[in-house]
Amino acid sequence: MPLIELRGVEYAYPLDGGGQVAALRGIDLTIERGEFVSIVGPNGSGKSTLARHLNGLLLPTAGQVCVDGLLTSEPHNLWAVRQRVGMVFQNPDNQIVASTVEEDVAFGPENAALPPDEIRRRVDEALATVGLIGYRSSPPQMLSGGQRQLLAIAGLLATRPACLIFDEPASMLDSINRRLVVEAIQRLNAEGLTIVLITQTMEEAAAARRALVMHQGRIMLDGSPAQIFEQGDQLREWGLDLPTAVEIAHRLRSMGWRLPPDLLTIDQLARALC
Amino acid sequence: MNLLLPGMYLATNSALHRLDPRVKMIAALVLMVAAFVAHRLASHILLTTFVMVIAMLSAAPPAALLRTLRTIFWLGFLMFFFRLFTTPGQPFITMGSLVMTWEGLLAGATQIYRLCLIVILSALLTFTTSPAQLAYGLEVLFKPLIKIGLPVREFTLVLTIALRFAPVMLEEIDKIGKAQRARGVDMDSRNPLRQVSSWSPLFVPIFVAAFRRAEELATAMEARGFRGAQHRTRLYRLCIARQDGLAMLVTCAVSLTIVGLELV
Amino acid sequence: MLIRVEHLGHTYIPGTPLARSALRGVNLEIGPGERVGLVGRTGSGKSTLVQHIAGLLTPTEGQVLLDGVPAHERTAAGRAVRRRLGLAFQNPEEQIFEQTVLREVAFGPRNLGLSQSEIVARARWAMEMVGLDASMASRSPFMLSGGEMRRVALASILAMRPETLILDEPTAGLDPRGRRELIARVCAWQVETGATLILISHDLEGLARVVERVVVLDCGQVAADGLARQVLSDDARLSAAGLDVPQPVMLLRALRNSGWGVRTDLLLPEEAIEEIVHARRGAIPVRTDKETA
Repeated sequence: MPLIELRGVEYAYPLDGGGQVAALRGIDLTIERGEFVSIVGPNGSGKSTLARHLNGLLLPTAGQVCVDGLLTSEPHNLWAVRQRVGMVFQNPDNQIVASTVEEDVAFGPENAALPPDEIRRRVDEALATVGLIGYRSSPPQMLSGGQRQLLAIAGLLATRPACLIFDEPASMLDSINRRLVVEAIQRLNAEGLTIVLITQTMEEAAAARRALVMHQGRIMLDGSPAQIFEQGDQLREWGLDLPTAVEIAHRLRSMGWRLPPDLLTIDQLARALC
Repeated sequence: MNLLLPGMYLATNSALHRLDPRVKMIAALVLMVAAFVAHRLASHILLTTFVMVIAMLSAAPPAALLRTLRTIFWLGFLMFFFRLFTTPGQPFITMGSLVMTWEGLLAGATQIYRLCLIVILSALLTFTTSPAQLAYGLEVLFKPLIKIGLPVREFTLVLTIALRFAPVMLEEIDKIGKAQRARGVDMDSRNPLRQVSSWSPLFVPIFVAAFRRAEELATAMEARGFRGAQHRTRLYRLCIARQDGLAMLVTCAVSLTIVGLELV
Repeated sequence: MLIRVEHLGHTYIPGTPLARSALRGVNLEIGPGERVGLVGRTGSGKSTLVQHIAGLLTPTEGQVLLDGVPAHERTAAGRAVRRRLGLAFQNPEEQIFEQTVLREVAFGPRNLGLSQSEIVARARWAMEMVGLDASMASRSPFMLSGGEMRRVALASILAMRPETLILDEPTAGLDPRGRRELIARVCAWQVETGATLILISHDLEGLARVVERVVVLDCGQVAADGLARQVLSDDARLSAAGLDVPQPVMLLRALRNSGWGVRTDLLLPEEAIEEIVHARRGAIPVRTDKETA
């Protein structure tokens, strides 16, 4: 059974002055356990809206969303769904509830009414996984943006989810902090966690094994990053870029150079050229 | 983190840090009451010495402690002069109908001293007890009141979140103030009309940001399984240890001694 | 406007256990019409530096002179010179407070004490400059999309017709198309007005298309200051400051290390491609076949 399944999902919301916005139009999607999927699209393509359907923050106006066999439209399923699917948001500050690191990680287990000893065990485990054990008594302001995102991840890991959704987790961070977060995400996937990464940075999308491109509420492309990037002109029309390495490789190929497919990073390109 | 609030929590590890927050809060209250009960010199000396011992145990930098007294400067000033002029007794300076008495001088000084003691005790409490511990201590102390329908847990949660975001919002206010100043708003104008018109560019963005933040936070909390303040367990457990019993014992001993000295 | 930063130092909350030295001994001179990029990792002091240039902070050491006038001075001369400088903070849409787009954009000119007709004219010009349709003038800025709100905020600063414009991460949070458009419009504005432009950005490749000069800050000090091409291709200096070189430079450097005779100071993908093609012409093909077009 796939971990997450969407069938015919549509989502529309009313506008103030009358009329409706169709944010999602007929989405069919299956995500298996252990996958690393990235979802890219320009602002307004519906990717954040889609993400919020995966943990029941939003309910579809048509179609259904199933997480681990549980329908998100059933109210009594919601908490089980959210234990299985955690979400890290874009603004590092606005998802931290407590005044110290370890207290914030404890928030999830506290909500699940776990006994204090178990909470302590899980908090320590989660902090060790993301490498923030040394900061356990620090206030969140002492952490860099990237470390705050790691804190958010630890908070979710403490509830032992099967899947983590990241909604543009690094868009407010500089390159060092962005790398910190992306490397943590890759490590978590290597350890078996299913990952869904919403992003506009094509280099981040390239880190996944499967990429979906969204445009005006629909999934337009679904394949490996290399396959997606072959549609360079189409992507540009939809308002997206290609990673620099891919762009250069495309251009050289169009001039007659023969390069292996699947060149996604500068390192791979350099090696292929030498 | 570019702003410092008076009395902010310093995360060092002193003897005082290790005490239960409930014990600290109750002890602070008891000592503040003792400050007002004490009239004799002996009582004052005993109390002051005890507070100094506590200050040493807290490892708080003396300069930082004394700086917290700045907050009550004007209040103390007013109280001093009030006492100076209104306490009956032996006059030492007379200016027309205003009479300064020796007794007034003493009463004024005593009042300032008491005020300083209260502020220092509060500062010692906030320096050595994190906002979360304070909130949790209050929650446990007031837990019995849940039975009569008071929303103690919700209140604690609100307090915790407010304390967590206070530094964030202060920086935001600072940033928006600067952004509007960069657009030509004169925040330091003496003209009252100008002053009022400089509120809207400051308050509207801050309110909008606060509401947006609240919505994002609520969404994140929901996504983390929050379903209300009831039926939640806690990471921390407050337990009374030997040092707490000792601290409470000593504090009671000092206070009772002061009461005894006054009654004699 | 001539900007001179002389031995500037700034310590936040001095004399307390949390005191932090954000800037130390910064010396900088920026002449009129220059396009300068300011880069550095988070916490390196970039925002603090530009706030000093805009006169919003008081130096703890040294001074900032705008056309010879100390930037932070609370005198008529100080106010006059600060009025000629515009600063947009990160996420400038957070400063929006008016009820209509036009009023918001007109806010700056209103504070300059201009005539009503001049205010409206400038507001409309600024809206056009950032690509906001005139029909949006009476809409509430809070009902717009994030990208539109950012343009409103930017317009409100352009409407003051600054001689110097400082932008702190203007493209953060925008999608690729939004980023391209904003940069293009800022460039067009700069060309039209001849203003001085100071740009803080993490996007070094985007920066490379706009600025000729780059200043690198590291731990509150100037680590590098020179032509964009030279500074942004100096990977030793950049990585010491916690930054990555632009990807084209990374590629060219990797090729050079493998024996290719290529320049490594080209910042844009198209320049790198040209250089690679040029280097391969006439050389013995190893794994790539180049067929004549």
